[in-house]
Amino acid sequence: MQTYVIRRLLLTIPTLFGVTVFIFLIMRVLPGDPLASTGDAQRMIILTEEQTAAARKALGLDRPLYIQYLDWVADILKGDLGYSFFRTEEPIREMLQRRAPVSTQIAFFGVIFSWIIGLPVGIIAAMRRNTLLDYVSRVGVTVGMAVPSFWVALTLIIVTVIFFQWKPPIEVAFIWDDPWKSLQQTVPPAAVFAIGGGALIARMSRATLLEVLNEDYIRTARAKGLMNRAVLWRHAFKNAVLPVITLSGLQLAGILSGMVAVERALGIPGLGFALINAIDQRDWMVIQNLVLLFGVIYVFVNLAVDLAYAWIDPRIRYR
Amino acid sequence: MMEEQSSPGGRHVVTAVVNSCKTFVGPVVRFYGSSPPGAIALALLAIVVTIALFANQIAPYDALHTDFTNLKGSPTVSHPMGTDIVGRDVLSRIIVGTRVSLLVAFVSVAMGVGVGFVWGVSTGFIGGKFDLLGQRLLDVLLSFPSLILALLLMIPLGRGLGTVVLAIAVITVPGAARLVRSTALSVTQMAYVDGARAIGASSKRIIVRHVAPQCFAPMMIIATIDLGGAIFTEATLSFLGMGIPPPNPSWGRMIGASLQGMFTPPWWLVIYPGVAITLTVLCFNLVGDGLRDHLDPRLRGKLD
Repeated sequence: MQTYVIRRLLLTIPTLFGVTVFIFLIMRVLPGDPLASTGDAQRMIILTEEQTAAARKALGLDRPLYIQYLDWVADILKGDLGYSFFRTEEPIREMLQRRAPVSTQIAFFGVIFSWIIGLPVGIIAAMRRNTLLDYVSRVGVTVGMAVPSFWVALTLIIVTVIFFQWKPPIEVAFIWDDPWKSLQQTVPPAAVFAIGGGALIARMSRATLLEVLNEDYIRTARAKGLMNRAVLWRHAFKNAVLPVITLSGLQLAGILSGMVAVERALGIPGLGFALINAIDQRDWMVIQNLVLLFGVIYVFVNLAVDLAYAWIDPRIRYR
Repeated sequence: MMEEQSSPGGRHVVTAVVNSCKTFVGPVVRFYGSSPPGAIALALLAIVVTIALFANQIAPYDALHTDFTNLKGSPTVSHPMGTDIVGRDVLSRIIVGTRVSLLVAFVSVAMGVGVGFVWGVSTGFIGGKFDLLGQRLLDVLLSFPSLILALLLMIPLGRGLGTVVLAIAVITVPGAARLVRSTALSVTQMAYVDGARAIGASSKRIIVRHVAPQCFAPMMIIATIDLGGAIFTEATLSFLGMGIPPPNPSWGRMIGASLQGMFTPPWWLVIYPGVAITLTVLCFNLVGDGLRDHLDPRLRGKLD
């Protein structure tokens, strides 16, 4: 296990390096540098040649690319994420600290709700295989995996506005300041993510449970006269569910992806909304560091998933 | 050649048509046998493709025509799905929007899966340092949630049909490359590849004749599933205003454009395009699942 953990940890270093280089190259080398797009004619900010040159110098954009890259990485490692072009009074780091709790809470609730919905559905469907219940749940799962989360979010809001005249609050609310308001803000998007995530978990838990129920040791357990319930919970369930737990990683990826559109749809001031706002305003530094944040989170989620796999299934460690 | 075929009465033509029908119908019937939902979804997709091809003939109104006397009109007999914020007919826009969705999906998936196929087969077959490098590059692409990666690629390229296609193609590459590589890797270790090598076949011949064909089935499966994903991503990008530029209709953009500030949008501007997205993605997913059961007998029964 130890060698596996060390090898897997070492493997994240080149990946993280690759991620930073990739983001940097996309942001700098492809057409349109930060100033070219902030100061374009459409936005009515027209800079003269000298002003552009001065601004480039002030931002350090006239230096060689590799120095800019190293500078950026060094700043990140020091915890300095720079400033936005437009809201210069607040460092990006503080902006993230203000917005991250909302998104984290949504992701956390989203995963939990998915388990609450998905696991029972998957188990019941596997136990009552090929009955009406199974068919209904499979249709639900298939549809659940096809609906766009931002659309579900908007539909939810339309329904609650029409019938209850209620909408999630749009200003940031921390759970430790105003729990009620914070829950109003984070539970609806989490419920939206739970539809796709729950479908995924139901599908996988049904499949793995069916697979395990076909194993020889289950037949042995039945043959020695164990009750059905004991076979299911003692022998099958544990082996079937552990691999599904790692799905939460995949699901977090789905939530990170869906976050942008869902927060936009509901007007929730989280990290996803910050990213789409920054893209609309072409706020270079915010985009660059936010995308990096999403990438780093995802790399560590993948790391955690792989380690969890290895911990659950010893066969993987020795490969 | 042309005259020879057409001159002896229509007989040759008829046999040719019948033969092509046989070759086409046979697999579809067998597909229905192994996966009824998949086959039904395939039939639905045929209808969707037909709608896309004849969109301008089917649509009751001009999808770009604005009617300022009927803004945000709720659904009526003449406008079954209502009109949008500048008075365009929603039904017509959904019908014409089918085109963009399918076009983006097919082109981007063909590009992405094609690159992934070449990538996967070559890294899996050659192995060694080349494989290692290819794997690390994939790791970088896989280090981003797919939509974030697509958004990142859209930023410097600007929005537009071509850039959406390119961005979706790029996010399709790693999944396809990974799957194809693992197949290529196991095929390369098969005895018949050693056999081919022993009788003196060149590497090129082994790849083309022995390895690549074996990777074809997994490629088709992942391509079908990716088609649904591509429609999904295009819709999300367009919803965020990063996809197909207005005024061209796109399902995601229709939903996105209905959001005006903090007002709640009229329900028909949100519900109908969303249903179109969901149904199309659903069909592609079902066909993909069906294809997996149909083409990969090892998985049959296991996942259903």
